Amino acid sequence: MKQQRREVFVFADRCMGCHSCELACATAHTAAGNLYGAILGGETGYGRIFIDLTPTGSRVPVHCHHCANAPCVAACPMDAMRQREDRTSYLDEENCIGCWSCVAECPFGYLQNSDFLPIKCDRNCLDDEGVPACVRACPTHALVYMTTAEYSAARRRPRAKAAAR
Amino acid sequence: MTKPCAVSLDPAVCEMVEKAKRLGVETVWDRYQAMLPQCGFGDTGLCCRHCLQGPCRIDPLGNGPKLGICGATADVFVARGLDRAIAAGTASHSGHARHLAHTLKLVAEGKAPDYSIKDPAKLRAVAQRLGVATEGRDDREIARDVCRIALADFAEQETGVAWANTTLTKKRVEHLNELNAMPKGIDYEISDIMHRTSYGVDADPVSLLVAGMRCAIGDLAGSYMGTDISDILFGTPVPVVTEANMGVLKADAVNVAVHGHNPVLSDIIVTVAQEMQDEARAAGASGINVVGICCTGNEVLMRHGIPPCTHSVSQEMAMLTGALDAMVVDYQCVMPSVATVAECMGTLLVTTTDMAKIPGATHVAFKEETAGEDARKILRMAIENFTKRKGKPVDIPQYKEKVVAGFSVEAIIAALSKLDAEDPLKPLIDNIVAGNIRGVVLFAGCNNVKIQQDKGFVTICRRLLKENVLVIATGCGAGALMRHGFMDPANVDELCGDGLKAVLYAIGEANGLGGPLPPTIHIGSCVDNSRAVRLATALADRLGVDVDKLPVVASAAEAVAEKAVSIGTYAVTIGLPVHVGVMLPVLGGPTVTKVLTDKVKDLTGGYFIVELEPDKAAEKILAAIDERRKGLGLSVPGGDQA
Repeated sequence: MKQQRREVFVFADRCMGCHSCELACATAHTAAGNLYGAILGGETGYGRIFIDLTPTGSRVPVHCHHCANAPCVAACPMDAMRQREDRTSYLDEENCIGCWSCVAECPFGYLQNSDFLPIKCDRNCLDDEGVPACVRACPTHALVYMTTAEYSAARRRPRAKAAAR
Repeated sequence: MTKPCAVSLDPAVCEMVEKAKRLGVETVWDRYQAMLPQCGFGDTGLCCRHCLQGPCRIDPLGNGPKLGICGATADVFVARGLDRAIAAGTASHSGHARHLAHTLKLVAEGKAPDYSIKDPAKLRAVAQRLGVATEGRDDREIARDVCRIALADFAEQETGVAWANTTLTKKRVEHLNELNAMPKGIDYEISDIMHRTSYGVDADPVSLLVAGMRCAIGDLAGSYMGTDISDILFGTPVPVVTEANMGVLKADAVNVAVHGHNPVLSDIIVTVAQEMQDEARAAGASGINVVGICCTGNEVLMRHGIPPCTHSVSQEMAMLTGALDAMVVDYQCVMPSVATVAECMGTLLVTTTDMAKIPGATHVAFKEETAGEDARKILRMAIENFTKRKGKPVDIPQYKEKVVAGFSVEAIIAALSKLDAEDPLKPLIDNIVAGNIRGVVLFAGCNNVKIQQDKGFVTICRRLLKENVLVIATGCGAGALMRHGFMDPANVDELCGDGLKAVLYAIGEANGLGGPLPPTIHIGSCVDNSRAVRLATALADRLGVDVDKLPVVASAAEAVAEKAVSIGTYAVTIGLPVHVGVMLPVLGGPTVTKVLTDKVKDLTGGYFIVELEPDKAAEKILAAIDERRKGLGLSVPGGDQA
């Protein structure tokens, strides 16, 4: 069966650490939906993707993997961390008590907290072509939105080339 | 036939964009798409690279870093960024002026035989304004003194900058002195900006903005000097009739586009081309057809009626016709991409100045001392290139509009004198008072790839003309308007409100034109925004008020260059509301944004109106005009009198 579902994948070696993904994500989650409007409207917001610095100095985007058997969803005692049928997980802020169980359980350390609640990618940021704001904003294509098959092919290609040499 | 496309309102451009797609030639619009979305930090002015601890970014949405590593606030970031743009714009205009001053100096010394003082009357008028004795003196002696003052204006002087001190209203000079906003020297202020915006210097946003205004007045001085010396060397423009848009290219001629800014190059190319028509014919061409692109095109349009081919963002499109044999450039607004397009389309790209070289171009060092010879060399290369193209098919979009241009302040005063020889400004003032002219708007600046080309200018202008606003235009703003028929007198009836129509007819008929002036008045290139300042200053002096009281507004509806930032800032500093149709990279600094769009009004009377939607911009411009009409006790449409 042909895979249709696309995921956010990372080519870490392409990340310049420009934080454009963070800003684009935060902007997409404002009421205005665009940066000029958000600033003029005095809105604030959080990016739901983070650039982390590794001990060797390289930059890595840390993002939600929307896991199939999502530990964050399983860990939530309030049924606030939920999962849609398409396996996208999201936080229902109304029911969240800010206990950080999800933060503790995320195997990637992705989940962080704002002052009150966890910040969680919810994919409520897709543009006309269904591409997430963070991916759209990435100037170097360190972030890509692909099916797993496409991503693995892209990863495989350089190795295959080297092996054939 | 005339169908606009997503990137431009100009059908000629749209045809060429289609051709570029077919041929796989990359254009400015392709590169723009590849650049999207643009970085939000840069867009809002919140990225600082002024030291090696950076780059620093401040989060405009408030949850990331709030200060740079050095502790600079968002307002300091954006004020420093704005200041550096002003300094760069000032360096550009004044560099252009210095180039002219050096040329005039060579003429005065008899070292540049291909140039001459074409307008001795203007030389004398400028000299008198500067306090140079003219009685019984030879033109060259006077020119030498004018050059000495011009070149001295760049350095720090106790007396300040002559081209600023003598060109504004007395009140404005006094007021700007009180604000510490009069420049000490043009280069001095550029240098001052670079110093104070460097690591760990000025951290007060207001202090930074005042320095920016001071530098911007230096920009005005440089621009004014540029206009003055251009007029002295090449003649003060008088009305000319020509045509504009790519339809002015001729398949059977050696088509040479002059592109860039300084008439030091383009005027000589035009003159020498006339002398070389036979040589072109001998090569099988119908002649040499010089056309203009961007502001140097405006310079030779204003003085020689040379037809403009296209402007600003669509400069690559002139080559896409396949009919352009050479593009000869000096500096400013010449996209490096033209070298690639030239290679694809067989155009010869010639760079001429040491400071503006482009890989892929042929460089011919153009020297004032050997200008005629250098121009002949360049044109011979163009003819040679034509012989390679001769007989091959070309795609010249068959669009062109009639253009009546050439309105220097001198020409405007001369035209008005036909109505009142004693007091030429009186008819203009009477009509403003009576409401036949609601106000005056200057369109200036560029075409920005972020806006469907010309849409900002055309939409706003259409509305303003209907509302009886007298429109003057410079630079590629003028270019946009002329390519859409806004400079053809035949369109006055369709475009203008009744009051304005009557005025344009009255002036036209008094001058024996047998019809009206064109709907919009072309006053020149981007340095020639100084002509607008001169006109506004003359009006203010005649009324006994300062410029900040006049119902005059400027609009850079599609601004691109740093030069547009410095022009906008000097216009605000002398007291004018200035509309900008693209976002200035200051939005990330809330205090600076508030100052520029509001508080600065208390200081100078001018302010920025940032409005990206043309319809709304037109309303805001009209509101700014009406506010000033009320301030003068004049009627406003709708009878809402103060």
